[in-house]
Amino acid sequence: MSKSVEREAVIRARSLTKKYKDFVAVDGIDFDVYRGESFGLLGPNGAGKSTTMKMITSVSQRTSGELTILGKEPNNQGPEIRAHLGVVPQKDMLDRELKVWENLVTYGRYFGLPRKWLKTKVEELLEFAQLTEKRNEKADDLSGGMQRRLAIARGLINEPEILLLDEPTTGLDPQARHILWDRLFRLKEQGVTLVLTTHYMDEAEQLCDRIIVMDKGKIMAEGSPAELIRKYSSKEVVELRFGTDKNEGVAKQLEGKSERIELLPDRILLYTDKGEALLTSILDSGLHPVTSLVRRSSLEDVFLRLTGRTLVD
Amino acid sequence: MITQALITQAVAIAEKRAKRPGASVYSGRAITMIERSLYAAKSSNWLIIISGFVEPVLYLMAFGFGIGQLIGDIQDGSGNPVSYAAYIAPALLATSAMNGALYDATWNVFFKMHFSKVYQVMLSSSLGPMDVALGEISWALIRGATYSVGFMAIAWPLGLVTSAWGLLAIPAATLIAFGFASIGMAITSYMKNFQQMNWVNFFLLPMFLFSGTFFPVSVYPEWIQVIVKALPLCQGVDLVRSLMLGIIDISVLGHIAYFVVMIVLGLSFTTVRLKALFMR
Repeated sequence: MSKSVEREAVIRARSLTKKYKDFVAVDGIDFDVYRGESFGLLGPNGAGKSTTMKMITSVSQRTSGELTILGKEPNNQGPEIRAHLGVVPQKDMLDRELKVWENLVTYGRYFGLPRKWLKTKVEELLEFAQLTEKRNEKADDLSGGMQRRLAIARGLINEPEILLLDEPTTGLDPQARHILWDRLFRLKEQGVTLVLTTHYMDEAEQLCDRIIVMDKGKIMAEGSPAELIRKYSSKEVVELRFGTDKNEGVAKQLEGKSERIELLPDRILLYTDKGEALLTSILDSGLHPVTSLVRRSSLEDVFLRLTGRTLVD
Repeated sequence: MITQALITQAVAIAEKRAKRPGASVYSGRAITMIERSLYAAKSSNWLIIISGFVEPVLYLMAFGFGIGQLIGDIQDGSGNPVSYAAYIAPALLATSAMNGALYDATWNVFFKMHFSKVYQVMLSSSLGPMDVALGEISWALIRGATYSVGFMAIAWPLGLVTSAWGLLAIPAATLIAFGFASIGMAITSYMKNFQQMNWVNFFLLPMFLFSGTFFPVSVYPEWIQVIVKALPLCQGVDLVRSLMLGIIDISVLGHIAYFVVMIVLGLSFTTVRLKALFMR
């Protein structure tokens, strides 16, 4: 076998556009998702991530441009395409009137899967989602983290090649997030292609091989998290807080001290490759921030650089 | 290297269907929606379900046997004397079919559309919007038909069915339930809030009282008769009354045609609306 590996694009979008009346939700984006990778759509609320996901699921028809999923046309092959996909919607949308196991069985039945086959599949998924003990509880009575895991288990009932997750950890506590990330890693190891939207930078860094950063329906940048940080930010960031009314004045004095400086309402960010050294020199110059912090550069900084805005506001 | 796409069972099932016309809106699995409703019904409030059945029975007791005592026999459509209870029983049977169907097709559907969002989830599986429409409407009609069977189980032993044709009142009630369920779900899909939903109830009460239920529509002036006879409940009442009293003529076919049109319209509108609401 040759070493050059041609990657198979399972999702392909060209000039993909979605308009609702006068509002352009997705504005001519191009991207490919390759088999087996974990692909992230990153951006603030209203960036067009969920709309893009809906078009992939073929529950929303594009206004113009091209879109194929596994070579199929979403406009008239919706049910066929969805048979290949697992969908984990933003707010779980569990069937709250039903028990945990009933949620899985009924969803499997929607795909036409036979009951006998589902019997073993449901057990397997309950195990995977760590919900075996909760099988007879009403979906409504589960904790947030458990509900999200049930939503993922439900999305896996048809053994999908591509799993679409819309903001998988929004609203979960840190522990629940880590359990969830672990489950998603395992799926990736099994060869499932993951497509997820998030507005959490740490999540994108943890989970995604490749991301596109979206803002106002357009793609601002594309690459691996590390590539993007290298390209659009510095190695380290010094965060300083002097108090809301003083930040602006101090920022002027600090100009020229670092490669780039960002003034936010509550803090000043200085971009540099040598954070500790910069902080020491600032303190030596007689400035006394209320708090100071040297940290690694993150995708949050990339976003700020690209759009001039913070991600979660 | 291009890896061959794995053909899973779900994919094989969807692809088999894909060659048929209409595959993008209908997968032929409306039955799975009924299975879902059965699971949900197990845990729903049985008192509410039973109350819908009891209502027409109470009307039968109060009006048929209570007020009926004061009225005595009246004349049916072809001039034969009939007890007042036997006169209103068919109307109440049609009404129970309507109530049962509308209970699910209006309020329950409204809740699912706007709050529990189960339709969005169903449409992210390989079901199409017509599966959802047909599945929900079928469930509503099952409920309507069940109510009418229950009502018949009381009316028959009381001697309120005077003709053998009366047996056909059950399929007729099922047809009526199907019609109301279809139109009910279609109308509900246009409703945006609770106030608008209350208009439905506002319309139903007068229709129940004045559709030839408790007295013949011939008491109205000509022009009002025309309007009342066009109402679906009036059509249903006439249909069931013809069968239970054994007055069979060509108008029975007219009533059946009325409900068939109602079903086709309701089902088509519901499918289109589900697409417009959840697949835009």
